[in-house]
Amino acid sequence: MDVTSIAKLANLTLTPSELTQLETGLNQVLELVNHIRELNTVGIEPTSQVTGLTNVTRDDEIDQSRVLTQAQAISNSQSVHNGYFEVNAIFQDQ
Amino acid sequence: MNLLDSSIRVLSQKLRSKEVSPLELATASLAAAKSHQPKTNAYITLLDENAVLDRAKTVKLTTPLSGLPYVLKDTFLTQGVKTTSASNVLKNYSPQYSATVVNKLSQAGGIMIGKCNQDAWGHGGSTENTDFGCAKNPWDLKRVTGGSSGGPAASIACRDSMFAIGEDTGGSIRNPAGWCNISGLKVTYGRVSRYGCIAYASSFDTVGPMAKSVEDLAFVLGEIAGIDPYDATSSPQPVGDYLSGINQGVKNLKIGLPKEFFNDGLDPQVKNLIVKAASEYEKLGARIVDVSLPMIKYAISVYYLLAPSETSSNLGRYDGIRYGNGRENFTQETIRRIMVGTYALSAGYYDAYYKKAQQARTLIINDFQKAFSSCDLILSPISPTPATLIGELISDPVKNLLADIYTVTTNPAGIPSLAIPCGFTGQKLPVGMQLQGPMFSESLLLKAGYTYQQVTNWHESKPTL
Repeated sequence: MDVTSIAKLANLTLTPSELTQLETGLNQVLELVNHIRELNTVGIEPTSQVTGLTNVTRDDEIDQSRVLTQAQAISNSQSVHNGYFEVNAIFQDQ
Repeated sequence: MNLLDSSIRVLSQKLRSKEVSPLELATASLAAAKSHQPKTNAYITLLDENAVLDRAKTVKLTTPLSGLPYVLKDTFLTQGVKTTSASNVLKNYSPQYSATVVNKLSQAGGIMIGKCNQDAWGHGGSTENTDFGCAKNPWDLKRVTGGSSGGPAASIACRDSMFAIGEDTGGSIRNPAGWCNISGLKVTYGRVSRYGCIAYASSFDTVGPMAKSVEDLAFVLGEIAGIDPYDATSSPQPVGDYLSGINQGVKNLKIGLPKEFFNDGLDPQVKNLIVKAASEYEKLGARIVDVSLPMIKYAISVYYLLAPSETSSNLGRYDGIRYGNGRENFTQETIRRIMVGTYALSAGYYDAYYKKAQQARTLIINDFQKAFSSCDLILSPISPTPATLIGELISDPVKNLLADIYTVTTNPAGIPSLAIPCGFTGQKLPVGMQLQGPMFSESLLLKAGYTYQQVTNWHESKPTL
């Protein structure tokens, strides 16, 4: 497993020593699950959920009982500015 | 006898006849929880005493759960009460709304006293993968409670609270129930709303009750089951009356023993106790038949590919922007699961791992359907061993995964499973068994468990702390 690129995909910032340590554990897990590749699954449909329900919809109306105020919505954020969530800039100057 | 040793049936009658008050119960519950906490570390948060007592003073007795103190695994959102999922990522998180199950219990008059320790995000079977210190098994404080709902199991085992709400994705209610000598029900997928339950693996996660006895589970399930407009995967199937037929016995019930579950990996003492339970059922008039669940060979592979895949997606939201702390706060075990899932879903490996595991999931469902064509219920162990020593599982990623071997096929199939105590090892460690049934067979499972508990008293044993 290319742990560096998987960590990047997973949005995890790990140090080289953490990555090395992780690699051992991950390879053990992969070894454990790998034998599934031998299982014959020709013609078997995959299952992604077991409810048997499809297209569960609700009326396209606002449920006032579930609406948060702006103050509530940002109440758990560590970084707010003028009532908004503050995030890192995507574009840099220059 | 301690007040909280009583059953829900007895206590709710005593509350109505004013023999006991909700205030006395809440006081006793908080005192027990506080005195046991230094030993078991079952709680992440104990609610403010005055707030609990104020609620107890004013609660109206409208349901059998009214006035009864209860606890939650810390995976359920509670408005204004810290909710951590046992992770430093959420250590200061104060939810703006409550989970449906919490609202239902509040309406039913339940008195919440605490939020319990667990493996972070449900990632584990021992309650060692927690940022709030390992929970300790009240039967032997050197051992783990099991997990991931380990704190709730310890709370019930110590008689700190009358019932708990846990969450089971691959055995997280059943495993700690077995290791702490309590009863727990993993419900059919969709039977109880997941709204406000922090997601581990969305297509496997189930919310269910934990308590001292099967009868108590039936009381709780009746209040929490049902469709919820806020959870599109909750089931429109009508909720049964889980108590009315509970005493009808198991005569002529066919109970299957899956031969693949009784192999070398199973501790001989555990095996012996399961076999004894089967013969107890025979004495009660049930018939024991052999069944086969050959896909157990792939159980660990299916579970440890699909659940990490779903969790890698579910935990993608924790970026420390809108709430919580940053991703550097995940534990090693959680990072491993996110990484495995990300890998299984990544381009080039999706077909070989994720899709393959989803196909194997279909085969697991077929296995159960075939088994249930020749029996009504399946009796099996919950865990291959009694509770492990602290440090044994968390230090070995592979051993950690294998501890779940008997429970992880239930969730991909969506079927319910009841965990109940069935005896003790020579070292006086509790052992549990599980009864699995077809989709929405909760009434049948509860009836079978209740019948067993009428002729055995394992579930009445409690630890001395």
